[in-house]
Amino acid sequence: MSFRHLQDRSVKYFLLAGASVSIVVVVLIFAFLIREALPYMKSPGLGSFFSERWAPTSPLKAGYGLLPLVAGSAMVTILATLIAIPFGVCGAVYIAEIAGKRERELLKPFIEMIAAIPSVVLGFFGLVVLAPIVKSAFGLPTGLTGLTGAVLLAFMAVPTIMSISEDAIRNVPRSYLDASLALGANRVQTIFKIVVPAAMSGIIASIMLGMGRVVGETMAVIMVTGNAAQFRFTPLVQIRTMTATIAAEMGEVTNGSTHYQALFWVGIVLLFVTFCINLVALRVLRTYRRA
Amino acid sequence: MSSLSERSALLALRLITYLVVCTVGFIVFDIVIKGIGVVNWSFLTTNPQGAAGGIFPAIVGTLYLVFGAIVVALPLGMASAIYLTEYAKQGRLTNTIRLAIVTLAGVPSIVFGLFGLGLFVLFFGFGTSILSGSLTLACMVLPTIIVSSEEALRAVPLALRDASLALGATKWETIRKSVLPYAIPGMMTGSILGIGRAAGETAPILLTVAAFSLPQLPRSVYDQVMALPYHLYVLATQFPNQDEARPTAYGTALVLLLLVLGLNTGAIVLRSHFRRRNKW
Repeated sequence: MSFRHLQDRSVKYFLLAGASVSIVVVVLIFAFLIREALPYMKSPGLGSFFSERWAPTSPLKAGYGLLPLVAGSAMVTILATLIAIPFGVCGAVYIAEIAGKRERELLKPFIEMIAAIPSVVLGFFGLVVLAPIVKSAFGLPTGLTGLTGAVLLAFMAVPTIMSISEDAIRNVPRSYLDASLALGANRVQTIFKIVVPAAMSGIIASIMLGMGRVVGETMAVIMVTGNAAQFRFTPLVQIRTMTATIAAEMGEVTNGSTHYQALFWVGIVLLFVTFCINLVALRVLRTYRRA
Repeated sequence: MSSLSERSALLALRLITYLVVCTVGFIVFDIVIKGIGVVNWSFLTTNPQGAAGGIFPAIVGTLYLVFGAIVVALPLGMASAIYLTEYAKQGRLTNTIRLAIVTLAGVPSIVFGLFGLGLFVLFFGFGTSILSGSLTLACMVLPTIIVSSEEALRAVPLALRDASLALGATKWETIRKSVLPYAIPGMMTGSILGIGRAAGETAPILLTVAAFSLPQLPRSVYDQVMALPYHLYVLATQFPNQDEARPTAYGTALVLLLLVLGLNTGAIVLRSHFRRRNKW
């Protein structure tokens, strides 16, 4: 075998090694989260998570109840998604079906720019501008609430929802539209009764991917939600999410302590949730692309 | 003639879309207006003094971290993309690699922080350092680089590969001499987007590198550094005297925003330039 062919062979395996790094990293992420978290299962045990009290630094009796954190994350995520859906989907409809070519080419990069703004900058804006608005609008003692976080996160989810929904809407065959218009339906009827339903699976996938982004968001929520771990289901009080808990407390714990292990468990829960959301979203997306 | 209800529905859609656009505009405008008065040469080139002073070490720190992340992630990302587009066959291994990339893209940034803390800081014993932070960021931007590099490779017409192979070139010679020269600009675009993402992230470096105030610039990769996003976070949240900290925070936010948006705009311009040049 000549040198050229030997080189040709070996390059393939070299590249494969590079490509496998992604697998290695994913495995390492799971392995190291579990490794650091594992000792917690012996003492105090996983049962301690099912409590309403997250007070890991309490001198009397430390509480490791995950419920307020999970509830905080769930509430902010659901609220943010509900706020983001009308903007994301209507924006996608407008850009895909109504805007002219030039208008679309200006709008798209502008909205995609949101995704590029660092979350800490958005969090800062939320803290300085949005929180005082929320405070005075609802007459609250503080503007740092679950609602403030949800509004900010909704804004971050909009570009994801918009760009994937737009893609789905533009993939609806032209003939559907033509048939509807030929039958005498007007543009709005056609859009909402024909085009949007036909693109529905793509739109749903876009919403789920937006949710996946929102659940894992850290800096924006830590700066505007007040970070008090309360087990209350109202958006107008301070709440604390799983992400914010890790970011805020990891700096102060002793490595290997029970608190440290508990924070890794929070990370595992978070990873599991985002992993499931993204996996389902991609399944939905793949079936619609095949169809 | 369209009916009134139709026209009002179209108008509503337009209004909703432009509301989003206006909000983006407002955020950028607010930060530019309130930050521009603070940002001057000495702000960019001096050390911080408490909540006031310059942000020079934070700029340097961010550049170090981003440079480190790209040095690691770029070759790996390019190799992955070349393998996936040029070599990979349908099968279990390819599917696993793709699933891994998608999973990696969905991992929350704070979880990358935990991972970096567990693996690089503690297990490998790199400590909270530039090395730990760069490696953590590299893992995070890897999917961005892979996906856009793949896109760039796929945009190169098959005919170019066929012609090269027909002339007797080996597969690798074909890739190196006929495919890569056309795909490199697109791959660079992807890596610029990755740089933008790495530069703006806070959560991963929170647990692996960041220091708020350091008297001197780092001497080695085992030193801690300051970083722009972390600096902004601390200025905005940890200072009781916000009258003093707020202008500095706005200035830092503006510098960070300009850095990230500048990188993104650059990437987009570059992409459209090369798309036009490479019209097949």
